[in-house]
Amino acid sequence: MTQVDAITWDVVVVGGGNAALCAAIEAAETGARVVMLEAAPKPYRGGNSRHTRNFRCMHEGPLSVLTGTYGEDEYFDDLIRVTKGKTDEDLARMTIRDSETCLPWMERHGVAFQPSLSGTLSLSRTNAFFLGGGKALVNAYYNTAEDLGVTVLYEAEVRHVTVTEGRFQGLDARIGGKDLRIEGRALVLASGGFQADIDWLADAWGPAARNFLIRGTPYNRGVVLRDMLDQGADSVGDPTQCHAVAIDGRSPKFDGGIVTRLDCVPFSVVVNRDGERFYDEGEDVWPKRYAIWGRLVAAQPEQVAYSVIDAKSLNLFMPSVFPPESADTIEGLAQKLGLPGNKLRETIDAFNAACRSGDFHPTELDGLATEGLTPPKTNWARPITEPPFYGYSLRPGVTFTYLGLKVDRTARVSAHGARLHNIWAAGEIMAGSILGEGYLAGFGMTIGTVFGRIAGQEAAAHVA
Amino acid sequence: MSLDITPTLTATEEARRQVEICNACRYCEGYCAVFPAAFAERSFSDGDITQLASLCHNCRGCYYACQYTEPHEFALNLPAALAEVRVESWARFAWPGAFARLFQTHGVALAAALVLGTALIFAAIRMLGTGAGDGFYAYLSHSAMVAIFAPAFLFPLLALAIGTRRYWHEVGGAAVTLADLRAALVDAGRMRNLSGGAADGCNYEKGDRYSVARKHAHNAVVWGFLLCFAATSSGTILHYVLDMPAPYPFFSLPKLLGVPGGILLTLGAAGLAMLKLRADPALGAVAAWGGEMAFVILLGLTGLTGLALYAATGTGLVAPLLALHLGTVLAFFLTLPYSKMAHAAYRLAALTRDAQLKRRAG
Repeated sequence: MTQVDAITWDVVVVGGGNAALCAAIEAAETGARVVMLEAAPKPYRGGNSRHTRNFRCMHEGPLSVLTGTYGEDEYFDDLIRVTKGKTDEDLARMTIRDSETCLPWMERHGVAFQPSLSGTLSLSRTNAFFLGGGKALVNAYYNTAEDLGVTVLYEAEVRHVTVTEGRFQGLDARIGGKDLRIEGRALVLASGGFQADIDWLADAWGPAARNFLIRGTPYNRGVVLRDMLDQGADSVGDPTQCHAVAIDGRSPKFDGGIVTRLDCVPFSVVVNRDGERFYDEGEDVWPKRYAIWGRLVAAQPEQVAYSVIDAKSLNLFMPSVFPPESADTIEGLAQKLGLPGNKLRETIDAFNAACRSGDFHPTELDGLATEGLTPPKTNWARPITEPPFYGYSLRPGVTFTYLGLKVDRTARVSAHGARLHNIWAAGEIMAGSILGEGYLAGFGMTIGTVFGRIAGQEAAAHVA
Repeated sequence: MSLDITPTLTATEEARRQVEICNACRYCEGYCAVFPAAFAERSFSDGDITQLASLCHNCRGCYYACQYTEPHEFALNLPAALAEVRVESWARFAWPGAFARLFQTHGVALAAALVLGTALIFAAIRMLGTGAGDGFYAYLSHSAMVAIFAPAFLFPLLALAIGTRRYWHEVGGAAVTLADLRAALVDAGRMRNLSGGAADGCNYEKGDRYSVARKHAHNAVVWGFLLCFAATSSGTILHYVLDMPAPYPFFSLPKLLGVPGGILLTLGAAGLAMLKLRADPALGAVAAWGGEMAFVILLGLTGLTGLALYAATGTGLVAPLLALHLGTVLAFFLTLPYSKMAHAAYRLAALTRDAQLKRRAG
């Protein structure tokens, strides 16, 4: 291989996930000489993209695996609902419109789609699922990039980007254990958020963040993001916020991914470490509440909670990756979960006494609510009476952070309000420009694909 | 906790550990029949795991797509886990079982069977050869051939039927309907489970790149084998029904079926062997690699020696080539219920059972 530090690259791409790959592929297709710097070792390449599963896509009629139509306005309304208006309408609408041409582009570059997965039929119109998930997409793009002559370096940690008078000149990186200087004429930053830097997370959120689990890659440490912010790059997104959902408390600290999801909460009673309830478990269907529960659990002592069900609810939700704790008595279950037995008994008894009779419908808001209980459970409230009893621990699992680089319609990064000459950004590192709050399933991959492609095209045009 | 990885897990327990993780993920649903079948369940009996294992065609799409392969602590390698269960279960079902443990995993044993088979035919030619007939029958009489091959053909069928019946019992199969059988044969004929769903083939010899080479090579072997079988059957009918004994001219059913069949079988087996050399052995049953490779070579040799024998017509090579060809065929048939060839029966059974379960689920 050529000495990577001996030549001036046309386009240097920092990152190795979906956005970085889309940028590298677009740039390489124009004939540019492209190098990608991926911080992770090869088996863990792909950042958080390797954990994703679908792409939210606008379409004016059936498209690939997508059914029906999903127009710009409906898509935008869905986005506004989750971000509560905290979104840049111009960038958001552009992203949405571009998504429609992205899907055929993805297929042309090796991505295979499959019909909506079992248990996700509600997404069959809006979200195109990757066959095999995000890692298969990442593999397809790496193969395409390789065929186009892109040089990919693994275990390549970028330490500092040299920006002089608004112009990128080169960067310092530790690659395979060696400190190297990489020179280039254009730079695309697609290195994700900072959620894997627990210290940064704790600075932003408070010490409770040390008990959070990180659902994705341990390599999103935000080194480049911080370096750019330190050099005056304009930022967007709330620096104190991260997107966290309630997941299985026994999950690995990093990289647990999709399987750590737990869907039992709506059919359960949730208590904290002291055996006390703290929120309405039946407020809404779980996909609309798991993010709220991430915050709720984060606010509890030791950032942990316990979801308790009985035998009649066990098969109402997707199987968990770890089997639940189980016991024939509430006290026995409390002991296994490390909860005060008397207190849990008291909480369950009070809950059971507040349940009333009525029709139970697990798949819709059934209005089966408790009476005279604080906090109430407003749907799916059935007494916990039928042994064996099951318990799962819950912890906040961080998906991504909002703080990022501010970009314009061409994915260009700016500093002190002025566009930098030759630096673009794509993916999670700039997603805060569009997603100010909340999350819409599959939209992260849409932002990454749309802006990755734009960044790659713009960077290539700059050096052409 | 089920995720504790201890070396004491049996093949079935290890596969169950992995399938339970898959069931919480489901990203691979579109690759093959294994995943929809698994995702219809919440817990997995030993029989369920056996059924999933025989459904798996080792296309490896799920391995390369998996976010939980090593070095991740979940350490998923589903193609290998299911391959281990397959090898174990087919040895368990085989009758008599000891032969399966021998021929499924030991290439040397298959080679020895080939040498023995050839030697047996040589001896038969020496002792029984009459020179009374035409063509091959000049070396070994028709009645001698029938005396050797009728039992060598019928015994493996019986043994395989017993094994398949045991399989069917373990996976809890119900009475077979014509519709189930038709669905299974269509799946097998199209090698649907080697096509990768929406992807373009398997992740076999090219790692995480898709390729249809294995599917095509396998199809060549299957159709080549069936053509050769049809050639032999047509010869039998010509001999007994129409009283037209061999040798047959080129424009006759046995030759018109047999020559293309032999070519397909030889090329297909050569392709499968080359692909197997390039694929990662760690994604299959590692201990069975040698036995599987020897089987592919043996299968290819049945075609190649047949073609060579035809090409050598009228030369002095006919006698040794006839012994080699008939010896290869004999070794192939006698080891059939215990070699990789048994997979044809177990997979058909698995596909039939899958069709049953799908029909029931509606």
